[in-house]
Amino acid sequence: MPIIEVENLTKVFGKNSQLALHLLEEGKNKEEILKETGATVGVNRASFTVEEGEIFVIMGLSGSGKSTLVRLINRLIEPTEGSVYIDGEDLSAMNKQELREVRRKKLSMVFQKFGLFPHRSVLENAAFGLEIQKVDKEERIERAKKALQLVGLGDYMDQKPAQLSGGMQQRVGLARALTNDPKVLLMDEAFSALDPLIRKEMQDELIQLQSKMKKTIIFITHDLDEALRLGDRIALMRDGNIVQIGTPEEILVNPANDYVEKFVEDIDKSKVLTAQHIMKRPETIQIGKHGPRVALERMREEGISSILITDNKRHLHGYVTADDASNAIKNQISDLQEILRTDIPTVEKDTALHDIFSVIYDSQTPVAVVEEGKLLGIIVRGSVIAALAGEGEVTNNV
Amino acid sequence: MSDFLMNIIPKIPVSEGVTWAVEKMTEWFAFLFDPIKEQFGSFMEFVSGLLGSIPPVIFIIIVAVIAFLLTGKKLGLATFSIVGLWFVLNQGYWEQMIDTVTLVIISSVLSVILGVPIGILMSKSKIASAIITPILDFMQTMPAFVYLIPAVAFFGIGMVPGVIASLIFATPPTVRFTNLGIRQVSDELVEAADAFGSTGAQKLFKVELPMARPTIMAGINQTVMLSLSMVVIASMIGAPGLGREVLSALQRSQVGPGFVSGVGIVILAIIIDRLTQTLSKEKKEEN
Repeated sequence: MPIIEVENLTKVFGKNSQLALHLLEEGKNKEEILKETGATVGVNRASFTVEEGEIFVIMGLSGSGKSTLVRLINRLIEPTEGSVYIDGEDLSAMNKQELREVRRKKLSMVFQKFGLFPHRSVLENAAFGLEIQKVDKEERIERAKKALQLVGLGDYMDQKPAQLSGGMQQRVGLARALTNDPKVLLMDEAFSALDPLIRKEMQDELIQLQSKMKKTIIFITHDLDEALRLGDRIALMRDGNIVQIGTPEEILVNPANDYVEKFVEDIDKSKVLTAQHIMKRPETIQIGKHGPRVALERMREEGISSILITDNKRHLHGYVTADDASNAIKNQISDLQEILRTDIPTVEKDTALHDIFSVIYDSQTPVAVVEEGKLLGIIVRGSVIAALAGEGEVTNNV
Repeated sequence: MSDFLMNIIPKIPVSEGVTWAVEKMTEWFAFLFDPIKEQFGSFMEFVSGLLGSIPPVIFIIIVAVIAFLLTGKKLGLATFSIVGLWFVLNQGYWEQMIDTVTLVIISSVLSVILGVPIGILMSKSKIASAIITPILDFMQTMPAFVYLIPAVAFFGIGMVPGVIASLIFATPPTVRFTNLGIRQVSDELVEAADAFGSTGAQKLFKVELPMARPTIMAGINQTVMLSLSMVVIASMIGAPGLGREVLSALQRSQVGPGFVSGVGIVILAIIIDRLTQTLSKEKKEEN
């Protein structure tokens, strides 16, 4: 069962919200509604589910409604229509008391500008959530210390937030959220205020923490690189609408529309695309079954100068060249084993394009893509360049 | 023609109405005003007696030590306090000064007790804010002397009406600054408090008031200074203190005593102002 279910969630700011809702249903867009009613559509009928343990990224440019959406999830902003279910409970139907309980126990939030309390020490900041719940002082300090150690701030507990760097402040923000031991972390542009190097470091750490703690994370960002790095799934937003939801690969390889395509155009594809996206179906012949004549014939048919050799379980053994094959025919050698070359580089199917460059640059032959020794495909220089240029369809042969 | 138009509505008897209302209130609420006058009056005499019973030397040392500690162990204000207060003692105005200090302390404390909650209410409710803001404007712009008249009607003459008049005149800054301070707390901090499941009271006491503290202290500083100025004016209705000396010097056109008691007020004002200012500055620097 999904931990969070968002159904038809809509927020209209301003008066005339009911009229605006009506117009939304008629399919009018944000601008038309603003003109007609003066109301601003924040989020338009968003629906999605988030599975337990998933990092779900909501991404969009500023004004796309992503920050509104995350605040609708913990009801910092009251929805105009629609519901949010957490563990099957409808948040929008709760009274204040029940809502507070959910915020205390199940949802924690990390803020863009950290949202730390400047008059409290790092430790007191981290313990804030438990203090609000009136947990014993000893226990809350204990748990806050643990959370701070987890994010690597064990030595800074008595400092005031202003004494820490941006990256460290956000670690405090993260620790404060983790101290409550919530099921879901809402992270609103949590790393956007940090400089790029620190941001990367924090992203890596978040991924590590996530694999350790198995929290469900809803992460808001305007940075596609970040979305692709962190997200198990990504929801792309524009003008209050969710345009596409999918895995990073799905979004890159099959953009749902022009908008998404434009968005992903600028991305450094070499870091996102992996071997399996650019590999081609390999030409192979089987060792023990075929001889040099078949090899040469196949190469001539395909117009290639070498061919890969596998066994009947598709385990890669090596390759033979056309020259070697024709020499072997002249010298009456019938076993491929004798002319087999094994100096072919291999990469795993999820090796990033970025890491394939150096391999293919040094190699005379195409690069083989393998999974547990089994041949999946080959990569030639042409397909690397085509993928980087973003030309046409990147074919997926798996 | 224009005369006719102007005279079509006869003079509205506003002043008669107010006079009548104050008279009736004095009559109806006598059961309330009289005990206040008596209890409160004896309380104030008790406080001024208490302060007056401290030997001047000890009093001066205490003030100097407080000044020294609050200003971050600098000697400036402490030295000024010693010299200034000694001068007042030397000129024979010590008792009058103690009376003035009592009035200022009591009216300021009351102003803060009343003003901070009203400010909080204004920051939380648009309706309250819309109603209270014009009342505050009225309270601050009405010439201070005017408050003396109903204060006398309700509470007679002496310390009590002085405090009441000063309360009306000096409370607005505390209210305004409290309201402002709470509204200025950044949205993200308020959201953070909410997102972790704070109740309204928890949000107020753990986040909003601590964050608004420097601003509120600046308001309290204003309130204290205003009550000092009002306490001087209140001498016209018999409030004791340095103001009364200024007034009597004025009435007898004695330049010398008028100057000396005036300087006494200035010394008091500087000490009180700097002391309360440090309270708000100290916090600001930390942030």
